[in-house]
Amino acid sequence: MAHRFAGIDIGSRTIELVVVNQSGQAIHTLKADTGFDPMAEAKQMIGAVVYEGIMATGYGRNLFEIAFEAPTVTEIKAHARGARAFFPEALNVLDIGGQDSKAIALSDNGKVKKFEMNDRCAAGTGKFLEIMARTLGYAIEQFGNEALLAEQETTISSMCTVFAESEVTSLIAKGQDRREIALGVHASVMRRVAAMLQRVAPEGDIVFTGGVANNACLRALLAQKLGRRILYAPQAQFAGALGAALLALEAA
Amino acid sequence: MSEDYRLMWKNLGLNLEAHDMLLGVLGNAYKDIYLSQKERPEGMAYFDFVMSEVHGLRIKELLDEKAAGRKIVGAYCVFVPEEIVLAANATLVGLCSGADFAIEEVEKLLPRNTCALIKSAFGFKLGKVCPYLESADMIVGENTCDGKKKAYETLGQLVSNLYVMDLPQVKTQNGRALLKAEYFQFKAAVEKLTGKAITADSLKAAIQTVNAKRKAIHRLSALRQADPAPISGLDALLANQVFFYDNPARFTASVNKICDELEKRVEEKKGAFPARTPRLLISGCPQAVPNWKLPFIIETSGAVIVGEESCVGERGTRNLTAETGNTVETMMEAIVDRYFQVDCAIFTPNPDRLAHIEQMAAQYKADGVIHYGLQFCQPYLMEAIPVEKALEKKNIPCLRIETDYSMEDAGQLKTRIEAFIEQIKG
Repeated sequence: MAHRFAGIDIGSRTIELVVVNQSGQAIHTLKADTGFDPMAEAKQMIGAVVYEGIMATGYGRNLFEIAFEAPTVTEIKAHARGARAFFPEALNVLDIGGQDSKAIALSDNGKVKKFEMNDRCAAGTGKFLEIMARTLGYAIEQFGNEALLAEQETTISSMCTVFAESEVTSLIAKGQDRREIALGVHASVMRRVAAMLQRVAPEGDIVFTGGVANNACLRALLAQKLGRRILYAPQAQFAGALGAALLALEAA
Repeated sequence: MSEDYRLMWKNLGLNLEAHDMLLGVLGNAYKDIYLSQKERPEGMAYFDFVMSEVHGLRIKELLDEKAAGRKIVGAYCVFVPEEIVLAANATLVGLCSGADFAIEEVEKLLPRNTCALIKSAFGFKLGKVCPYLESADMIVGENTCDGKKKAYETLGQLVSNLYVMDLPQVKTQNGRALLKAEYFQFKAAVEKLTGKAITADSLKAAIQTVNAKRKAIHRLSALRQADPAPISGLDALLANQVFFYDNPARFTASVNKICDELEKRVEEKKGAFPARTPRLLISGCPQAVPNWKLPFIIETSGAVIVGEESCVGERGTRNLTAETGNTVETMMEAIVDRYFQVDCAIFTPNPDRLAHIEQMAAQYKADGVIHYGLQFCQPYLMEAIPVEKALEKKNIPCLRIETDYSMEDAGQLKTRIEAFIEQIKG
């Protein structure tokens, strides 16, 4: 059997698993909801593929390390590596996951030069978008596209998820257009993330990774606000797992 | 636990139930964080003992001193000059401010967005769990940051023996004159408390005693320049923390004893961690006992801490007081000179601090700096961004951490710190 290495990204919302071959090509990608027993889920996923070595990342990496005696890497390094696999010249990475967001600046050789993560609250994360989508009655997959159809934005001023939710609820009660509120919600996340990007990675194209990268509205708002290209790979959600798999391959 | 201690605590007015709980948590934390470390110097056994008796034997000693006519002065800040306290035949102890306690009670008196250190000081008072505070004949507050100076107004209603010292905020002649006036006023207050006038002899002896403590810490710090580092950052921090509690002469002897052992370790290239472990400097807010959160996360994530640019660390111990004076007046001037150099973030501007961070990073061969800011601590959080920018200009990686005493962000902090260590390793 040819050499195969796996990376598993155990996030707060989803788990991704990627297996790469000896030349670093992804040959398997799997995704599952994290649920409330992430290790059981992870066990099932790794049972479905064959590999020689595995590296874990994501907030559940330490649990995985103990359960399966696997090496670990932080989400920051894993996403940086994954982003370079998608776009080999990448110098700036934005990752927005379920419970945190990160801006990462890379050196020319792809090493992490500087990074910043959001504070401990949910503002500026996938969780924020998810809760707002639910409040507005949209499926998360459709949330961005619906927001893009709005003709104008209703400003959401609260950063805090709890306050923003009641703000949105009262806007709905006032009869505000749902899509305009949705656009306002996206703009709120965008402003928060843009500020972090400008501190950490102030110029050049930005590779957007993590589940929230699939949101077309957020990509568009960021590009517009920053006046920079937002590079997006359809496999963006697998960037962490892919990065971990490649790091496992490179360490072997 | 001896029954004598329970009676002692009861007589001090402690809430025994709450105090038992605190000691239980503290004991477990110490076991998990300190005793689980590998390759510890044997001399740390002394500090393990001190910590196991921190509310027991040490309090008994203080009460014995009181029975013999000595006074106990409690303080929250490195600007309170120990020399003056000792010279007037009193003992200075640091007061508890390193753990969350009775938060609901505290938030009846202080706004929620007050830093953890100030809230902690109140929590220990309101929860009746700090035997140092309850043993003290005088509690010294000091006008450092806005949070503290306003909080002392409220603390003054909870205790009957609060003395508040004003402090300058600028390093000008006027600033120095203010510090000098305050130190003379403090001297008079301590003399009044003890009924004993400070003499040239007693002041000289006190200066020597405190300098000896500092020199022992300097020796310990210098040994941490070695790779592999002969002592963990956690253990070195503990020594710096105990600096505020212990009998000065015994402390000095114990630190020097550890240094003898560490010298041998350095010779044998024996470390608390393997050679070439990434080396980090911590810079920022004080880490009072038992606030071991950040160093614990760092040293279980694959790095070793080689220095603390902190009040509980080099900011507090860097400078010696000149021993050349022969009159009370000249020695008081020397004390003013010494404390006026402390580069606390309440000063504006405060360029010395940045210079010291850069100097320490070079001296201890740090691969990076972690700027430690307590949430809502405006002075240090304000300095954090310029510090980070200045360090990056010199290619010294810097990670800014803002946190409090709770453990709810431990997972997030661990991710950031691990990523920072990965970044350093390249």
